Amino acid sequence: MRFAKIPDDFFPWLKYDGSLRQIGIIQLKLVLMREKIFIHTGQFCAAANEAPSGREDKPMKEPVVKIENISFKYDEQEGYALKDLSLQVYDGEWLAIVGHNGSGKSTLAKLMNGLQYPLEGTIEICGIRLNKETVWETRKLVGMVFQSPDNQFVGTTVQDDVAFGLENNGVPRGEMVKRVIASLEKVHMEKFLDQEPHHLSGGQKQRVAIAGVLALQPKIIILDEATSMLDPRGREEVLETIRELKGTNQLTVISITHDLEEAAKADRIIVMNRGRLYKEGTPEEIFQMDEELVELGLDIPFSVKISKKLREKGIPLDKFYLSEEELVAQLWTSHSSK
Amino acid sequence: MMGKFIIGRYVPADSLLHRMDPRSKLILIFLFVCIVFVANNPVTYGILLLYTFVMAFLSKVPLRFILGGLKPVLWLIVFTFILHLFLTKDGALLFEWGWFEVYEGGVRQGTFISLRFFLLILMTSLLTLTTTPIEITDGLEVLLGPLKKINFPVHELALMMSISLRFIPTLMQETDKIMKAQTARGVDFSSGPLKTRIQAIIPLLVPLFISSFKRAEELAVAMEARGYRGGEGRTKYRQLKWTGLDTVMMLAFVVVTVTLFILRT
Amino acid sequence: MDISLQQVEYRYQANTPFETLAIQDVSIDFPSGQYYAIIGHTGSGKSTVLQHLNAILRPTKGIVQIGDRTVTNEKKQKNLKEIRRRVGIVFQFPEHQLFEETVEKDICFGPMNFGVSEEKAKELARKTIKQVGLPEEILSKSPFDLSGGQMRRVAIAGVLAMEPDVLVLDEPTAGLDPRGRREIMEMFYRLHKERNLSTILVTHSMEDAARYADKIVIMHQGRVYKEGTAEEIFASPEGLIELGLDVPEVVRFQQKVEKTFGKKLSKICLTLDELTDEIKELLRGGDRK
Repeated sequence: MRFAKIPDDFFPWLKYDGSLRQIGIIQLKLVLMREKIFIHTGQFCAAANEAPSGREDKPMKEPVVKIENISFKYDEQEGYALKDLSLQVYDGEWLAIVGHNGSGKSTLAKLMNGLQYPLEGTIEICGIRLNKETVWETRKLVGMVFQSPDNQFVGTTVQDDVAFGLENNGVPRGEMVKRVIASLEKVHMEKFLDQEPHHLSGGQKQRVAIAGVLALQPKIIILDEATSMLDPRGREEVLETIRELKGTNQLTVISITHDLEEAAKADRIIVMNRGRLYKEGTPEEIFQMDEELVELGLDIPFSVKISKKLREKGIPLDKFYLSEEELVAQLWTSHSSK
Repeated sequence: MMGKFIIGRYVPADSLLHRMDPRSKLILIFLFVCIVFVANNPVTYGILLLYTFVMAFLSKVPLRFILGGLKPVLWLIVFTFILHLFLTKDGALLFEWGWFEVYEGGVRQGTFISLRFFLLILMTSLLTLTTTPIEITDGLEVLLGPLKKINFPVHELALMMSISLRFIPTLMQETDKIMKAQTARGVDFSSGPLKTRIQAIIPLLVPLFISSFKRAEELAVAMEARGYRGGEGRTKYRQLKWTGLDTVMMLAFVVVTVTLFILRT
Repeated sequence: MDISLQQVEYRYQANTPFETLAIQDVSIDFPSGQYYAIIGHTGSGKSTVLQHLNAILRPTKGIVQIGDRTVTNEKKQKNLKEIRRRVGIVFQFPEHQLFEETVEKDICFGPMNFGVSEEKAKELARKTIKQVGLPEEILSKSPFDLSGGQMRRVAIAGVLAMEPDVLVLDEPTAGLDPRGRREIMEMFYRLHKERNLSTILVTHSMEDAARYADKIVIMHQGRVYKEGTAEEIFASPEGLIELGLDVPEVVRFQQKVEKTFGKKLSKICLTLDELTDEIKELLRGGDRK
């Protein structure tokens, strides 16, 4: 008989189980600290919530995530997955983190949720310094949707899955029922309460995953390539859902993606390359980089491509346009003013 | 074959049995297994048979479907009957042909034992036909709850069971996909000598294991991200409700049991 | 090798209560040496069509002609190996089918199943690993030590090593980053040209279909909705949009321009160059109508 070689890191699941036990011990301490931290969290984020109304000119100045000089390396790898990275995420913004596969963007997501800890540097979530003792508190503030629709669906039915996070946090049942329904309504999946996961499309499963996150009422939602395994229809469903939520929920969205069309709609983009922050800016600024992005293994949105081509062919355009509508309007204006 | 087989399958419907609390159903099944052995004459077996058919009727699952589904185990029942027919030699001799003898006791014993077998299978099928696997898991978790005191990992087992149940269809789809992919690479799963067919399993099982491990790992991370840290301090979303119906069913069962004890010889 | 589907119907779990009709009345010809793209939503039946191309599924009605073999519902088919060798299928996420200790053994697995000697298979492995753009040294590694993109390429090499005449690709770039997507699609196109393969691409990407395919087949609700060259298909994009399908970015942009300017461009543009030329022409035209 022949068997495939089993790599050394094949049983992280087992290692993980061990760590769960250790965490269980820490849990006792945590219960004692819980009250205190909770009050702290509540106060800070309440303050963060009010900020926009106070200063209307700069509505997104309050950082909800503050990352300072972090480095990270996986045990089995030689190079650093992240090196000396600093960034801030502001309350209520939609931040896209882009980069080719292996640029460190998913590692960054894991660090923000305490699924890994940085070797150097610090991470603060709503003013709480993230470490092994505060991780369960910060996880309530940061919800995460992963790439694979199947491998994050824990419950046997839609409602069980949404309830899973609530059960973990000891939410009383009466409250749980309300929150499950409310969050499923927000993602338009309330008609599928008893549906089993294998009867759902990828897009629907991801929306259920989002509902599961919303039920915990986080401040921040991280989408870790949450649309990359979906078909175009599923992708649109999920993005539309997120857009709606962002409008109504005062959520901060961190979307980790290599879909540049998706990133173009964000408030701000961070480009990662080889574990470092390569560039940061508004979509307008980032997409002026043009060929540089392609060299980084990324792509440019279609409207930028066509703006560039038109310019090459001698049609005067003041910039690379990010929206097709704007570009067409611009062409029309220059045409009719002739 | 799978289409007809009913043991372990759930048929959605809205019946009294469907509405019962899985705990009461599990307790009833357990007790039923015990009292089947109380019956020892035609009257008591008759009562059990009647009870079982009343239950089947209450399940609203068509009787034809249930009985049809028991066909695959029919040979077991027949085999039990024939075995006892041959081996029990009391009472009057009914039939003789060479060394082949059939006694009255043989017929009696054969009928009773195979009937017992039939009743047990029918009742357990009724449980799974009217109760979703996840309800059974929930019921077991509660019923086994007291074992937590002796450090038996009841919560973990129940979680494991529910996750396995959730992933069975996913793994079936995956198996189908990998089989097709390997078929396209020239593997023949359905014909050829036994040896090559066993060898053909390896290109199927290895990818299946690898993807399952990957799933397990990703699932563990996703669970942790959603705040899972063991059974302590957890609340439960699914609630089991013991209703009047369950009490009535229990009482009915007690009546049957008492009658059995009175009428047995 | 030509493949042709004639009035093909397929029902999953036929004659059970769970029976579902997946495709009906599907007739498509895939002539030798052509690049075809099949497009449709999830559930439109395109995966079912794909599985008929090497007789993994047999039609419940109709005929599938693969080279000189005829596959129908009537009799149990024997000796399908030759078909399987000549029609290579790269399934979605093909890296999930890897299982051997080394990359080399995994690539050799297919050819050796079809009776190729070990020596010849190893030669094929060396050849195909280069074709998919990986260094030869990788052959001795375990496939499970590779990155996702590399695993995908190894799995593709495993199909190429069977030296098929027809290459069927089911969403070969799903889950890859933009660079990986571009490289893989270019690689298949190169192989298509160099080896004179018939290529059948099942995809969601209208861009890829428009760029590479000679002919496009649109599937909708288990039937062929439309078939033709890219120009023919996208001449009336409205129908596609009604079905909820995407149209290529270039076509979409052309529509927007035509709507704003209130007149049609002189032709259906499929490339950025064509479109920008047309727009330039339009702008230069000024007010002259």
